[in-house]
Amino acid sequence: MIAVENLTHKYGDRVALSGVSFEVRKGEVFGLLGPNGGGKSSLFRILSTMMVPTSGRATIAGIDVAKDPAKVRRQVGVVFQTQSLDKALTVEENLRAQGHLHGLSGAVLRERMEAAMERLGLFERKKDLVDTLSGGLRRRVEIAKALLHRPQVLLMDEASTGLDPAARRELSRHVETLRDKDGVTILLTSHILAEAERCDRLVLLHEGRIVAQGSPRELCARIGGDVVVLESAEAESLAAGIRERFGASAIVRDGQVRVEIANGHRFIAEAVEAFPGAVDSVGLHKPSLEDVFVRETGASIE
Amino acid sequence: MSSCAKRGHRLNSFILSAATLWQRELVRFWRQKSRVLSVVASPLIFWLLMGYGSNDLARYYSGTLVLTVMFSAIFSTISIIEDRREGFLLSMLVSPAPRTSLVLGKILGSATLGWIQGLLLLVFAPLAGVRIGLADFVPVIAAMFLISFTLTGLGFAIAWKMDSTAAFHGIMMLLLVPMWMVSGALFPMATAHGAVKALMWANPMTYSVSLLNYTLRLPNTGPGAAESLIVTVLFGIALLLLCGMIASQKATRSAA
Repeated sequence: MIAVENLTHKYGDRVALSGVSFEVRKGEVFGLLGPNGGGKSSLFRILSTMMVPTSGRATIAGIDVAKDPAKVRRQVGVVFQTQSLDKALTVEENLRAQGHLHGLSGAVLRERMEAAMERLGLFERKKDLVDTLSGGLRRRVEIAKALLHRPQVLLMDEASTGLDPAARRELSRHVETLRDKDGVTILLTSHILAEAERCDRLVLLHEGRIVAQGSPRELCARIGGDVVVLESAEAESLAAGIRERFGASAIVRDGQVRVEIANGHRFIAEAVEAFPGAVDSVGLHKPSLEDVFVRETGASIE
Repeated sequence: MSSCAKRGHRLNSFILSAATLWQRELVRFWRQKSRVLSVVASPLIFWLLMGYGSNDLARYYSGTLVLTVMFSAIFSTISIIEDRREGFLLSMLVSPAPRTSLVLGKILGSATLGWIQGLLLLVFAPLAGVRIGLADFVPVIAAMFLISFTLTGLGFAIAWKMDSTAAFHGIMMLLLVPMWMVSGALFPMATAHGAVKALMWANPMTYSVSLLNYTLRLPNTGPGAAESLIVTVLFGIALLLLCGMIASQKATRSAA
C-alpha cells in the first residue's frame, strides 16, 4: 500500500534521511519508531505530500507522492502532531469544513460526519467548541476529520503526544478498530515504546537510516534470551570480564552493564559469584524494542 | 464521467472549498467580536487626534478608512503564520482542494472582515462633513471592498512564506506603515517634496486613498478617478495571482 524506495532528504548539508526503503502492506498498522531527530518527521512530511524529497521515491496506493500530490491527498488521511483543528469552531463545524475541502457536501457529508463521530465516540460533543475539549478528545476529532473522505491510508504523526496513558491506550484501540473493521492501512510515527509494540510491523529509524525492521516479536527475538542489567562502580572492567568469561555480548551504557544472554537467571547467579563485590544491583527482563534499539545504535529512544 | 461533468465537478469543489474558508473567517470573527475593537479603535483615535489637532477631520478621513482596513488585513494575515505552524492551515494543505481556491477563500474571508470593520467607521462620516447619499453608497462600499481585498492580498503574499509573527511585525513597520504614510493619507501629493512625490506615484496605496476621496466626494490632489480605480483593480488581480503562485509552490524544506 505504501512503498518507499531509497528515499533521501537533505536540508542544505544536513542529511535527514539516507537511503530509506520499506513497504507497508494493506490493512496493517505500521510504525516508524525512533528518537526525535531520527528522520521520522521528514519521512512523514514527504509521505503526507507536504515536502518533496531530495531523491528516491515514495508511492501510496501506487501513486507517486512527489509527482501527483493531489491524487495522493484523496487516498490519504493525515493526523498531525500539532493540532490542525480550528479551536473557535465546534466539532461539527470543523468536520464540515474538512468535508468541503474534500469536495463532500449535502447528505453524503452529513452521513459521513455522523459515521465518523459515531466511530470515534464524539457524538455527544458535536456542538462543543474544540477549545473546550480535552487533549484526548481533540485527537479523536483530528482522526474523525482525517477519515471523512474514506481514505485507504491513515498517516499519524506522534498522535499520542501530550496524552495521558489512559487516553493513549484508548487511541490505540480506535486505531486498531479502524484496521480491523474498516481495513484502513495505518502508518504512525512514535517515540513511545508501548505504542510501537502494538504495531503489526515497524522500522527503527536512527540518524536518517533504518537500523532494523520487522514485527515487534521478530525484532525482540533477535536478542534471543534475556537482557540482564547490572549496576556496578567499575562497569567497564565488569563488562570486559563478562565478555571474556561468558562469551556474551556486554556493553556499558549510562554506567550500567547490559548483557544479552540465554537463561539470564542462571547467568546472574554465576556472574555475582564470579565477580564478588563488583555488582551493586541486578535486573532481568525479556527483550523489548528499547533493547533492540540500544543494541543496533548504542543510543536510547525515549 | 464525461469531461464536461468532470469540469463541473471540479468547479463545484473549487467553489465549495473557497466558500467554506470564507465562511470560517466570518464565524471566527463573530465569535471573537472583541477583535473589532482593537482594529477599529486605534485608527479612530488617530483620526480624532490628528483631525481635531489640525482642525481638519475631512483631510484624514479616507486615510483613516484605509488604515482600518490595513490593520484588519494585518491581523487576518498574521493568523496564516500561526495557522500553518499549528492549526487549520495544515489540514488545508494536505487536502485535494486546489491551492488557488484556498487562497481565494482565505483572502475573500479576510477581505470581508476588513470591509465590515471599515464600514463601521462610515458611521463617523458626518464628523468629517461627509454626507453619503443613496447614490454614493454603493460606490463607497464597493471601493472599500476593493481596497480591503488588495491589502489582504498584500498581507497574504508577505505572510505565506514567513515562519514567525515577529518577522511579520518587522515588515509591517518597515513596509506597510510607511506605505500608508506616503499614500496621501497624511499629506497631499501636490505639496510633497520631489522624491516623496515619486514614491507616492509608485505606491499602490495612494490610488486606494484617492479612490475613497472620489467616492466620498472629498477634495483630492492625487491621481484621477479612473486611474485610481484601474490601478487598484490591477493591483488586486496581480496580488491574487501572486498569492496563487506562492501557495502552489512545492516545498523542499520543512513547511510546518
